[in-house]
Amino acid sequence: MLNDTHVWTAIALLGLGTWAIRFSFLGLIGSRQLPEWALRHLRYVSVAVMPGLVAPAVAWPAAAGGTLEPVRLIAVIVALLVGASMRSTLGAIIAGLAVLYTLLALVY
Amino acid sequence: MSRTPYQFRRGALNALPFVLMLVPFGLLFGVVATEAGLDLFQTMAMTVLVIAGAAQFSAVAVLADHGPVFVAVATGLAVNLRMAMYSAALVPHLGKAPLWQRALIAYGMTDQSYAASVQHYEAHPEMTLPQRIAYYTGFLIALAPIWYSATLLGALIGAAIPPAYALDFALPITFVALVAPSLRSLPHIAAAFVSVVVSLLLAFLPYNLWLLIAAVLAMLTGAEIERQMKRRVTHA
Repeated sequence: MLNDTHVWTAIALLGLGTWAIRFSFLGLIGSRQLPEWALRHLRYVSVAVMPGLVAPAVAWPAAAGGTLEPVRLIAVIVALLVGASMRSTLGAIIAGLAVLYTLLALVY
Repeated sequence: MSRTPYQFRRGALNALPFVLMLVPFGLLFGVVATEAGLDLFQTMAMTVLVIAGAAQFSAVAVLADHGPVFVAVATGLAVNLRMAMYSAALVPHLGKAPLWQRALIAYGMTDQSYAASVQHYEAHPEMTLPQRIAYYTGFLIALAPIWYSATLLGALIGAAIPPAYALDFALPITFVALVAPSLRSLPHIAAAFVSVVVSLLLAFLPYNLWLLIAAVLAMLTGAEIERQMKRRVTHA
């Protein structure tokens, strides 16, 4: 069994700390105008974070034993192509999941 | 057409596709947390207070290993550090909101809410501040209860769920789907490329350092290419 005090301390600190990270810039800068160079960098936050976030999960998926696996790779590529060409997040999610589960059903 | 109630519904509607990913992810967290030894109340407190799946998983993994509390907290926070970048990127769009609203916006800031709302704000620059807040709120009110309930369900039925294959993979597909529509220019594509290559090369680094380094280098790449392209246009 886990120690109750430890678990509650971890939950409280993780909750507070996570909120502080989220609040940081939005809370402290607020309505002050950001300089152009900062805005230029901030425009790239989502394309800078999310591809890197998923890359290891695609290259070494834990559920597939940590090696590159064609079904998952194809599903991601389809999601990427559909999303980029249709400019649609919904289209990309549906296409990616449809391909993933169809291929998994066929292969296994 | 772009009145405030309309933007609220718009946000809620645009959140719906993410249900496909939040349900399996939340279920999985409920199962993993209970199996690690958290009771129902603790599992739900963590899901409601932290509301960040990846960080919750990493903190629970440390606790289950009987690692020290500060390591569990530090690991979770390291996973969430990327949100400081989201926080900064939301300043130009939501920074003028009153402090209490910014505090609530911060509570609901996730990969999904950040990326979907900035994408919407950039596509509709004419939106007023109340309309932007309405969109963000609609998005959150649609998704947060799904996240809580999926966790609750996972914690309640626990090990009764077979280790469903590929549940793990709804998450990467969602993130790819969030980014794909913004791959519309050379700087965006270059930034995404640098992000992927650097994170794969540095994946051995601990505490999510690989992601933070990859993200900063990718952001510098995008911004620098944009600057060069603008300079070339003005000089031509």
